[in-house]
Amino acid sequence: MDSILQLDDVSRSFKKGSITIPVLQNIDLNIKHLEFLCLVGESGCGKTTTGKILSGLLKPSSGRVLFEGEDVSKLRGAAYHRYRRSVQIIHQDPYASLNPSQTIYNMLSYPLFRHKIAKNYAQARERVAELLTRVDLTPPADIIDKYPHQLSGGQRQRVSIARALSTNPSVIVADEAVSMVDVSIRLGLLNMLMDMRTNLEVTMVFITHDLAIAKYFAWDGRIAVMYLGRVVEIGRTPEVVGDPQHPYTRVLLSAIPEADPDKTRNKRHIELRSEDIPQLTDLPPGCTFHPRCPWFIDGVCNTHLPKLAPVLAAESQADVACIPLTQGMPLTLYTP
Amino acid sequence: MNDVILQVDNLSIIYRSDRGAVQATTNVSLKLRKGETIALIGESGSGKTTLSLSFIRMLPNSAEITGGRIRYTRDGVTRDVLEMNDEEIRRYRWSDCAMVFQGAQNAFNPVLKIRQQFADTAYAHGFTDKAWIRKRTLDLFKLVRLDPERVFDAYPHELSGGMRQRTLLALGVMLDPQVVILDEPTTALDILTQRAIIDVIQRMQDTLNFSIMFISHDLALAAEMADRVATMYAGEIVEEGAVNDIFYRTLHPYTLGLIQSVPKLNREQDRLISIDGEPPNLIKPPSGCKFHPRCQFATEKCKVEAPMLVEYEPGHSAACWHTDKVIEARG
Repeated sequence: MDSILQLDDVSRSFKKGSITIPVLQNIDLNIKHLEFLCLVGESGCGKTTTGKILSGLLKPSSGRVLFEGEDVSKLRGAAYHRYRRSVQIIHQDPYASLNPSQTIYNMLSYPLFRHKIAKNYAQARERVAELLTRVDLTPPADIIDKYPHQLSGGQRQRVSIARALSTNPSVIVADEAVSMVDVSIRLGLLNMLMDMRTNLEVTMVFITHDLAIAKYFAWDGRIAVMYLGRVVEIGRTPEVVGDPQHPYTRVLLSAIPEADPDKTRNKRHIELRSEDIPQLTDLPPGCTFHPRCPWFIDGVCNTHLPKLAPVLAAESQADVACIPLTQGMPLTLYTP
Repeated sequence: MNDVILQVDNLSIIYRSDRGAVQATTNVSLKLRKGETIALIGESGSGKTTLSLSFIRMLPNSAEITGGRIRYTRDGVTRDVLEMNDEEIRRYRWSDCAMVFQGAQNAFNPVLKIRQQFADTAYAHGFTDKAWIRKRTLDLFKLVRLDPERVFDAYPHELSGGMRQRTLLALGVMLDPQVVILDEPTTALDILTQRAIIDVIQRMQDTLNFSIMFISHDLALAAEMADRVATMYAGEIVEEGAVNDIFYRTLHPYTLGLIQSVPKLNREQDRLISIDGEPPNLIKPPSGCKFHPRCQFATEKCKVEAPMLVEYEPGHSAACWHTDKVIEARG
């Protein structure tokens, strides 16, 4: 089986009083064994919810999650445990995700006992030390009995990664795992996560708002760009970043400042028609990007809901959710 | 140069703590000229926020300025900010030097309407003409591309994050200050909102011609907005120069490390180099050059002797014994 984790028409909504908020709508994702997939988008696009559904922390409102081809909701007993053990998540904020009253040993040994990976104290101790070494917290003896407040932000995030590794997972969902740490520490963490594919045979789902980091991380993988609860473009990383197709991806890439003065100052910024992001409770009809899209086509984009499909008349192999692009209509800037 | 508005000389600030004194900034010198934008870049704990708070004397009680001075010039009159009395500093804040804090969501009083908060700021500085206040506020809203009537009568919670950030920028320049300090102006904003804010800041500066000192850990923002860049590490400015000098003719290993560790958005696969080690402990900072434990070029000399900030080319200074090696490494 080539696919390790799959979302099949997954939607998820949350209830707030009498209002239903559709956070994810009709997501299809097929994550292949040992693939690096990045979920990219702005806040509120549903990337974290997708990550939580993939790792079993949230149930979909409709649709199926398949782990190694099997519907997760039908797994029971040992099979379900195996799924939960195999898919681990790293949370964004290392200051909030580690229990302040537990030592590093306590936190890292709990999953070992829970999943019967260690049988006694000595075994757990040894395995925790191994995990700490694995994430470059060396010597482990200096760290193992400390509390989170005694560690720096970068060290805490390494503990978080070690905790995700503790159950020998086959998939790790990393939710903004490097966005809270300083620039000089960030690259080291990214490289460590990237090495895990080779060293530990781990498939990675990397969630980020930063397209440059996504590009670095998943250069030989794929990027899925999300907007208001849907995937709007998915394709091989060099294509999505180098030759973006969907209007939203194009606007996004044109807007990002870059750490190169000449380049960033001469960049052509694509103007949106509106800066207002629609509310999830009051989504526009048709393509949800249409009120902002510079290439809006009246009578097409505001009436028909686009589905992911290959772009016609382009070299890019990416799938986009954009009716003009997938039906070969020329993009021209909208003039009212 | 006589167009210097804010000049900092050898400023040192410590924080008192139970574990000892924290050297937050050490011998920092900096000049801000009329209409110029300086970016202070550095990581958490590098002293950039402490430094900028000292410009408006808003340091917490545990802080102590142990040396140096900050001189401010307006209309040919130069005053020392650290010597101003309470009334002088009260008037200087906002009318001369305004600060827009990080996290626009928390900067407004949640129970007062936006227009009240603008009016209060004006009253506190002796502006009592209500018609003027209203006009000024509405004009500024137009400048920052907000719907003036809507925002004027809104409560903070009725505005989105991007709108609040713009409102805050408008409030910052209400009394026509010469200097505006922006603390992480775009952090925590989405990409498209961030772009809109950058455009708004540049538009405001073009119209009102104030000087900007902004603090950021984001090199891309510095590349985009700054005329000059100062890199801070462990409380010291380790490199300072024109934006192109910093990015294309880098002299300090730390600046080089930052630049080389940031992923780019071009079509090629990145070859990035990470900076080893952890940020320094400022209670017991490393001997000699504070960056030496993490520096790929460090020698015995770096462990013993701290390098001074030296001007290597006109307007481009660095504090490093081995700038020649950096020049070689940057290629």
